[in-house]
Amino acid sequence: MRLRNYKINKKKSKNKPLFLFIGKNSEPLFSKKNKKLLSDPLDDNNPITVQVLGICSALAITVQLKPAIVMTMSVIFVMACSNVIISILRNLIPNRIRIIVFLVVISSLVALVDQFLKAYAYDVSKELSIFIGLIVTNCIVMGRLEAFALGNDVWKSFLDGIGNAFGYGVILILVAFFRELLGSGNLMGFQVIPDFIYDMGYENNGLMLLSPMALITVGIIIWIQRSRNNKLIEEG
Amino acid sequence: MKIRNILDELKKPFEKGQKLEKLYPAFDAFETFLFVPNHTSKTGAHIRDAIDLKRVMITVIIALLPALFYGIYNTGYQYLVQLPESFTTVDAIIHGSYKIIPMIAVSYIVGLSIEFLFAILRGHQVNEGYLVTGLLIPMIMPVDIPLWMVGVSVAFAVVIGKEAFGGTGMNILNPALTARAFAFFAYPTYMSGNQVWVSEASNVDGVSGETILGMLAAGNSPGQYSVMEMFVGSIPGSIAETSTLMVLIGAIILIYTGIGSWRIMLGGIIGAAITGILFNLWGANALMSFNWMNHLIVGGFAFGIVFMATDPVSASQTVKGKWIYGILVGILCILIRVFNPAYPEGVMLAILLMNVFAPTIDHYVIESNVKKREKRLINQLKTA
Repeated sequence: MRLRNYKINKKKSKNKPLFLFIGKNSEPLFSKKNKKLLSDPLDDNNPITVQVLGICSALAITVQLKPAIVMTMSVIFVMACSNVIISILRNLIPNRIRIIVFLVVISSLVALVDQFLKAYAYDVSKELSIFIGLIVTNCIVMGRLEAFALGNDVWKSFLDGIGNAFGYGVILILVAFFRELLGSGNLMGFQVIPDFIYDMGYENNGLMLLSPMALITVGIIIWIQRSRNNKLIEEG
Repeated sequence: MKIRNILDELKKPFEKGQKLEKLYPAFDAFETFLFVPNHTSKTGAHIRDAIDLKRVMITVIIALLPALFYGIYNTGYQYLVQLPESFTTVDAIIHGSYKIIPMIAVSYIVGLSIEFLFAILRGHQVNEGYLVTGLLIPMIMPVDIPLWMVGVSVAFAVVIGKEAFGGTGMNILNPALTARAFAFFAYPTYMSGNQVWVSEASNVDGVSGETILGMLAAGNSPGQYSVMEMFVGSIPGSIAETSTLMVLIGAIILIYTGIGSWRIMLGGIIGAAITGILFNLWGANALMSFNWMNHLIVGGFAFGIVFMATDPVSASQTVKGKWIYGILVGILCILIRVFNPAYPEGVMLAILLMNVFAPTIDHYVIESNVKKREKRLINQLKTA
């Protein structure tokens, strides 16, 4: 796992009041640094394309746009809440059992999402089946808790959670968009490729519906992103 | 030297610092096509030889021509034989050309445009590898595949199969087979079944244009085709793979010029033959009891093992590795044919799979050689 090295500065944070969002040496809510927490994961430090985390769900649920969007919203909720909770508890959690604490927090949040979907969006919940449950094992959630929430204050952790979940969701929705459009000619379940194009001999691309193509699509996104973004070019 | 003078004149705007500097790779491609380039490597050990990548590719194309011409004839023949009227060989060739030449044109236009684009973007030379790939792709497609599907498959193969890895010589998979695999999984109805192998089959009533392997997979007997027909190739199938005879002529050219590895070809035949014999002995269904010698001459096996598996980029490089690679391609091909009725033709997937493993095979061959030499050295030291 490639994680960013945020300095874990426990001594300093102990001086701060625990439950306040803004610390003693308060900075504005959307200072430059905090904005970067939101925008970084969208491009420079994207959890999927740069850190290569959470690939499994990106392959599994991107056949259609709708489940991808629902998945994104669920992950945003889980990541924001778990980051906040862990950040609040960060000085109480014994280092040795921190992973177990993470798991307890994440799983209760995921169970909440799962039950919510079952109650209000049963069809989607059925479609996503196991993958909502598998947010628990989504490496991005765990990774951000370990790398960020454990060492930063509540507001920053909240922003970081939202930012990373969005970074994950953007790629998910992008992949799902192309897979649904080219694979079945639909978007959100509605036909968007007009009939006359089919009459001219156009065919849906069956490979787009298979997971190898999701991997290739992610690969193409990484390719485009790296050739566009100079910061990501590795020396070698 | 007239052409040389014209070229030198034309070259000026493409040189460094001039207007069209960025398009130099494109110009260079045409120039080296006409003249052997006079630049030599400056560093490292090198061998003086007249052969370069372009000559290699041209030789492969010459080796492909017999199969292509027969494929054009066979396309017309398979179509006209379904019609009540009588026809001549010329009619068959005309119908075949009408079907196949547009496919070749599409393949070259799409593929070469992408190659030129990448060469200009990356500032390297246009590689000749596409000359062969571009001819191979239409040769292994069914006749009736729409042209735009050929174009999309070519684009996929060149961009994902080749340029993503760094262009000619860097690809892991054989680009021509990548194109076919793409079309196979993306548009399955156009790549298999009994309607696609005979040109315009859907317009003719009562056509049974199934390939022999397709019939076997469906549990029918391909009784109407004799062994001789299978060998000469007047059977339905992808455009240029039906004729084992023409593929053999190509194989002789490749082996005689030293461009195709005979070890891979022979290894493939041995692997397929042994697997075929074993299945003959088992003989639980039509495919298993299909004579092992016939397995070698139907379907794309001969074409694949001669022209695809010997691709010097994606095959194993070491001598021992080539044997292992070839034999495994043969074994896997028959295994896929027999055990997976969804893919009656196994040679495409067998070669692609072994392409992936080729570097691993090479690695272990080299490792074992290193160990052998170490042992020998130790023994020598002991005795000395």
